[in-house]
Amino acid sequence: MKVLTLNFLTCAVKACKSSNDSFPLHPKDAELAHDDIEINSQLLVNVLPRIDWTALRTTSTELGFPELPEQPPTAETLEADEAMLKELHTLLLETQMMEGKLVCGHCGHEYAVREGIANFLLPSHLV
Amino acid sequence: MDCLIRFSQSHETFRLPEIQALAVIEGINMKVISYSLESPFCVVNVPSEDAAKRLIRRSILVQSIHSLWGLGETLDAVHAAVHERTPHLWVKYLTCSFKFTVDSYQGTRASDAKVRIINSFAYLGFAGPIKMRNPDEEFTLFEDWPWNSTPDGIPNPKFYYFGRYLATGARDLPQKLDLKKRRYISTTSMDAELALITANISLAAPGKLMYDPFVGTGSFPIACAQFGAMTFGSDIDGRSIRGDGAKKTLRGNFEQYGLLSGMGGVFSADLTNSPIRRLPLGVDSDGVKGRIFDGIVCDPPYGVREGLLVLGVRDPEKTPWIIPKGIEMYKQPDFIPPRKPYSFLAMLDDILQFSAQTIVDNGRLSFWMPTANDEEQEIPVPTHPYLEVAAVCTQVFTKWSRRLITYRRIPDAEVDQKAMQAREADTTLVGKTADELNPFRRAYFNKFETATTTTTTTTPSP
Repeated sequence: MKVLTLNFLTCAVKACKSSNDSFPLHPKDAELAHDDIEINSQLLVNVLPRIDWTALRTTSTELGFPELPEQPPTAETLEADEAMLKELHTLLLETQMMEGKLVCGHCGHEYAVREGIANFLLPSHLV
Repeated sequence: MDCLIRFSQSHETFRLPEIQALAVIEGINMKVISYSLESPFCVVNVPSEDAAKRLIRRSILVQSIHSLWGLGETLDAVHAAVHERTPHLWVKYLTCSFKFTVDSYQGTRASDAKVRIINSFAYLGFAGPIKMRNPDEEFTLFEDWPWNSTPDGIPNPKFYYFGRYLATGARDLPQKLDLKKRRYISTTSMDAELALITANISLAAPGKLMYDPFVGTGSFPIACAQFGAMTFGSDIDGRSIRGDGAKKTLRGNFEQYGLLSGMGGVFSADLTNSPIRRLPLGVDSDGVKGRIFDGIVCDPPYGVREGLLVLGVRDPEKTPWIIPKGIEMYKQPDFIPPRKPYSFLAMLDDILQFSAQTIVDNGRLSFWMPTANDEEQEIPVPTHPYLEVAAVCTQVFTKWSRRLITYRRIPDAEVDQKAMQAREADTTLVGKTADELNPFRRAYFNKFETATTTTTTTTPSP
């Protein structure tokens, strides 16, 4: 599961949806893998407005990547900034979370990640 | 310029939506001049030769596209049209190698008749060498014959088109993704041709983010990734994603086709308790922020071959121990959460609502839905105020059909808010068993017999 995906995922428990603490989910005991993928600036520019930048900064730090700037780049600056493109490409698209847990900061529920596949199915008392 | 599209005569209702979607993807202003479901020939107007080639380069249902030089009900009419519209073009092809062919749809011509027809174009004055293999230019006379023309002894086609070959579609792609050669499939994997057509109609393209909430073995994300999209998928059954954990997995399918870079993420999840972040409708403004996907494609379970289930307990009063047991056990790694049958129509409604919340402006939702062919039992096309129906394509079987329904996410400003309020007020769906919840399943297992025929079997009262 690419780090990009983590930016789209929040706690599945309905009661957590209204809480700011339920997003992003916090990786715990994360095992990462790296794929070499050709850089695709068109994809990154399209993805940029969909990204929750504050959440991405948190995830990036929690996974041990260098700190991202406080403000997201604009589409124009991103296209011109090769170093930034490379950095985002490596983080969002080349890095995969293979094993570990994703933890909700609100309810504490832990979603297991095995073989790169996260499990968001909830037991009946949380549905 | 006017171009002739030579379609394949199959999946007829999908052909125009596919080509119209490709015009959107390529940013081509295309006008359809003539089209009919009964004919493989379609005349369109596009701005340039380059646009014509781009228009069909990833089409599954287009065989080829040709610059249209002439058309008419008789061969003489074709010659007259060629004389009228193309003399300025003839000089371009005086010395190149070339080839002439006759393509007869639903008809045949003896080879001497073909030669006579080809020779009637001698006035074009092409003096270059004739090459049957890899010529520089290829000219084709298309004949549209009436159905059954050979046994009926019909002497002439009903229509002719004459054109210069420009490009071929992508009709070889379904073979590349053929299910018969795919490492890992299940009983409900979508066949490669229809999955690719779905990917085209839903506007999958390089740089786009596509999501399938009923991913199964990954047929749709693979088709979307084949066209360069970044794909995501989820399924309530994690086993379908993991496969055998070795070679036969969803990831293995991406690997087989060299599409791993287009696999964004797959996870187990239930659409009614989805972890995808989203905002309530109507709060964002720029048409992108807060929404994630360019498109959603799926083939939701119908409850016939596969169960239609969501998280929850079917009857909490009958089985009161299930919830306490779940509280005790849910942290164990092999815990499988209980699931209950769900309404097919409610599921469709949830897909629409989820799509309205997560697709960017003008992005598309395409999903497959079955219905009975019998008009009385037909299930209507579901609606949502934030989604406009862009196309309905139908694949017909004996007693039932399945439709590919495609919607466009309209910008918030265009939404009828009164319709939205009415929708929110209406929540009437009851039932617990699969049959009560699913009119298609019920009709399917009643062999699509109508109520009047089935009631005769009830026992008469004494």
